[in-house]
Amino acid sequence: MQQSAKIERQPGFLPRSDFQKLLDGIVQSGYQLLGPVVKDGAIQLMQISDVTQLAKGLTNEQQPGHYRLQQTAGERLFDWNHGPQGLKPLCFAPHEVLWVEQKDPLSFTTRLPDVKPTAVLGVRGCDLSALAIQDRHFLHAAGADPHYRQRRERLLLIGIDCAHSAESCFCASTGDGPSVNQAVDIGLSELDDGFLVWSGSDQGEAVLQRLDLATAQTQQLEQMEGQTEQAAREQQRQLPKPEELIRLYQRLEHAHWQQVADRCLGCGNCTAVCPTCFCYDTQHEVSLDGLSAQNVRQWDSCFSASHSSMGAFKVRGNILSRYRQWLTHKLAGWQEQQGRIGCTGCGRCITWCPVGIDLTKEADAILWEGSLDE
Amino acid sequence: MATDKPKLAVHKFSSCDGCQLALLNLGEPLLALPGLVDIVHFAEAGPNSPDQPVDISLVEGSVSTPEDIQRIQQVRQNSKLLVSIGACATSGGLQALANFANRHEWMASIYTDPENIEVLNSSDPISKHVKVDLQIQGCPVNSAQVIGALRDLLSGVAPRPEVHSVCMECKRKGVICTMVTKGEPCMGPVTLAGCGALCPAAGRGCYGCYGPAEQLNDRSIAERFEQLGLDAQAVLRRFRFIANSAAGFKTASEGLRGDTDG
Ligand code: SF4
Ligand code: SF4
Ligand code: SF4
Ligand code: SF4
Repeated sequence: MQQSAKIERQPGFLPRSDFQKLLDGIVQSGYQLLGPVVKDGAIQLMQISDVTQLAKGLTNEQQPGHYRLQQTAGERLFDWNHGPQGLKPLCFAPHEVLWVEQKDPLSFTTRLPDVKPTAVLGVRGCDLSALAIQDRHFLHAAGADPHYRQRRERLLLIGIDCAHSAESCFCASTGDGPSVNQAVDIGLSELDDGFLVWSGSDQGEAVLQRLDLATAQTQQLEQMEGQTEQAAREQQRQLPKPEELIRLYQRLEHAHWQQVADRCLGCGNCTAVCPTCFCYDTQHEVSLDGLSAQNVRQWDSCFSASHSSMGAFKVRGNILSRYRQWLTHKLAGWQEQQGRIGCTGCGRCITWCPVGIDLTKEADAILWEGSLDE
Repeated sequence: MATDKPKLAVHKFSSCDGCQLALLNLGEPLLALPGLVDIVHFAEAGPNSPDQPVDISLVEGSVSTPEDIQRIQQVRQNSKLLVSIGACATSGGLQALANFANRHEWMASIYTDPENIEVLNSSDPISKHVKVDLQIQGCPVNSAQVIGALRDLLSGVAPRPEVHSVCMECKRKGVICTMVTKGEPCMGPVTLAGCGALCPAAGRGCYGCYGPAEQLNDRSIAERFEQLGLDAQAVLRRFRFIANSAAGFKTASEGLRGDTDG
């Protein structure tokens, strides 16, 4: 299922020394620009305007429960893969007020977020696929979510091919990377001396009109393809095929679930960093005088007791049943509900799990080890 | 001044007053409070009628003296609802560390006349001595949680318990994980949310002062701490700290290999 960069692209070439012009073009087109910067030892999306703010000459070491940035000898701006969050917090806010109400006279007022048009620089294939999954959930299901939509409609996406994979990445096996094959407004592929740049929407084209792109050389196009193929070859992990993953449902009593539960802390980090996880919880926060209240939504997790509580009864009362819920829902249940598995191979749940639990290994063990109870 | 507002008392037992101070630090909501309840007892703030019957008592501190036992029984009798707040009231507090040692030997080595000190053999949560209607963990408590619970009780609804780990607070706030990026031995995954990930936001590992999370896999995190370079004693002390006698942390520390001193 591995994808290469052989897609409909007609890129032009932007020399490295002119990259600032692209940033200027985005800002001058009326967007606030979020770009990858280093903060607290990780790649994070922050508001930027200048190329010097970007995470230059850095690569990332990502292993189970382990993340470190390292200097490279090079000049590249996108040699790392990602930090703990993809696009999820930008559209599905971790914590937000949905509506406010007054008691006297009784009124309910929706609080829509006030969002500026926002361009996001350096989005990876795995995160673009994850956004499409979240779109399907929040926008296309019956009754689109107005809060999500408000943010989503104002995003300008600038994708970038991965020239390397981190050790936790396995997007080649899910078909979501390492090259950008999804819809973007602007696409980028970084080469030694500059960038191949293409537009994928009218908004993206309007930005690129401001630049004076050179014609891409055959050799540059070959380098682009070669890099993503190399990135795919570097990947050490893979997920079983969707039709194999469905069989997780036939192995609900497998002894390995207990072995994972012995290690899993039930902390919920995996779900919080997963760019496709969409569970939330709403709470009523009543003012002390009791005269007004706000309805607040925040990220929940299938690892928390609230997720399966029915009054005094918790359907999933232990870590084993919660981990089993996470893995079976993501890898099997989603196929029916969302039309595909809920994993885009970004590897974040592996990197950011405090004890380094690796879903690819757990899925393998449960599918292929021991006897089938079917 | 008799009114028909519900009556509130704030009682102190063996504690540092930090939870009362957290309430006093509330700011605006604190000014609204007298509009809703008659605060009949809150020594730290002024009102001082500990023996009046009330609708709700907030209790800070642990029970550690014979006098504390009598007083908490009195408070229970005088209160329709009793809410214990903070690590001391809900688990015995830092002072419960002495539960793991021989406190009489310690006292004899420090004080010239230890026989003048009247203490129980252990520092205990309020719930060990009287029925408690609601517990709010934390050192100190998150005053917004206390106010939220008060509002719910005044409305006659059961407050919703916090159930998430500190990790979920890190992730919602965009705090970068100190364990994964720096190898800090962080108690966040096994600690109940509520503090707003205060320590990780400052770049340190969580100390577990809010007490055990709803699910507590102490063996797995202890093993992880060892991989990160803590020796067995240091791992033990991660559990045996502010919420040392909270049920989950206590059992955890007793099961760890480093448990040599008690
Ligand atoms: S399940 Fe893990 S690897 Fe897959 S998309 Fe979510 S965080 Fe990424
Ligand atoms: S999972 Fe693939 S697309 Fe995502 S960062 Fe890694 S290599 Fe890039
Ligand atoms: S798999 Fe890892 S991140 Fe997820 S709940 Fe378990 S310990 Fe936490
Ligand atoms: S810093 Fe600690 S509390 Fe925060 S996510 Fe990491 S392990 Fe959890």
